[in-house]
Amino acid sequence: MKVRDMVQKLGLKVFSGESGLENEIAGGYVSDLLSDVMGNADENFVWMTLQTHKNIMAVASLKELAAIIIVKGLEPDGDTIAHSNEEKVPLLGTDMETFEIAGKLYGLLNN
Amino acid sequence: MEFRYEVEGGNFSRAGHASSAVKKILKQLNVDNRIIKRIVVALYEGEVNVVAHAHKGSILVDIDEQRIEIKIEDEGPGIPDIDLAMQAGYSTASAAVREMGFGAGMGLPNIKKNTDELKIASEVGKGTTLEMITYLQ
Repeated sequence: MKVRDMVQKLGLKVFSGESGLENEIAGGYVSDLLSDVMGNADENFVWMTLQTHKNIMAVASLKELAAIIIVKGLEPDGDTIAHSNEEKVPLLGTDMETFEIAGKLYGLLNN
Repeated sequence: MEFRYEVEGGNFSRAGHASSAVKKILKQLNVDNRIIKRIVVALYEGEVNVVAHAHKGSILVDIDEQRIEIKIEDEGPGIPDIDLAMQAGYSTASAAVREMGFGAGMGLPNIKKNTDELKIASEVGKGTTLEMITYLQ
């Protein structure tokens, strides 16, 4: 599944990084610890987190993640958005809590 | 080939800059993607450690056909007990750094896991030097 399809099916907000909406999704990872994501997430995973600062984009870019979903209606910092556009990694948002969005994405990917 | 990058203590907005540059170089050299991933994880953690703990540091990267050697030298507080610092979950990071999702005590264990050889030397009140070697074949 492509990030674009996930955005549409889960009603996600696209903050930035539109040029990465064709990225393929291979799985998902939930964590608010950056070293945990560095150590354990895989290429083309969607990362769900409540962190909103610029460093999440550095992690996403280095790990070649498919997209980041910021949970609970939180808004990314301005420089996070700029970095997302540069790195072509979509920065997405939802009002859902992590448990709910992770469950929905799991269902979507395992259908 | 040798490259050098400077790291500014406390400046999180630049963290990952050297890792990203080294990743691009290794891709251009057609290094196996799985090996690039390991190097990038280790280097990023090393870079973040300098930003989170030290005043300043430098990263020296030396690449030949067989291996990549990365030396991260910082001027900072040093590590009083390296064995303790290597333990997963142990961290001396500040509350502000932890709030950003860093300082979970996973950095050095991640570095060890993702390098073939790792040497750490540290002097309290002076600084820390990490030398990591990863074989490219």
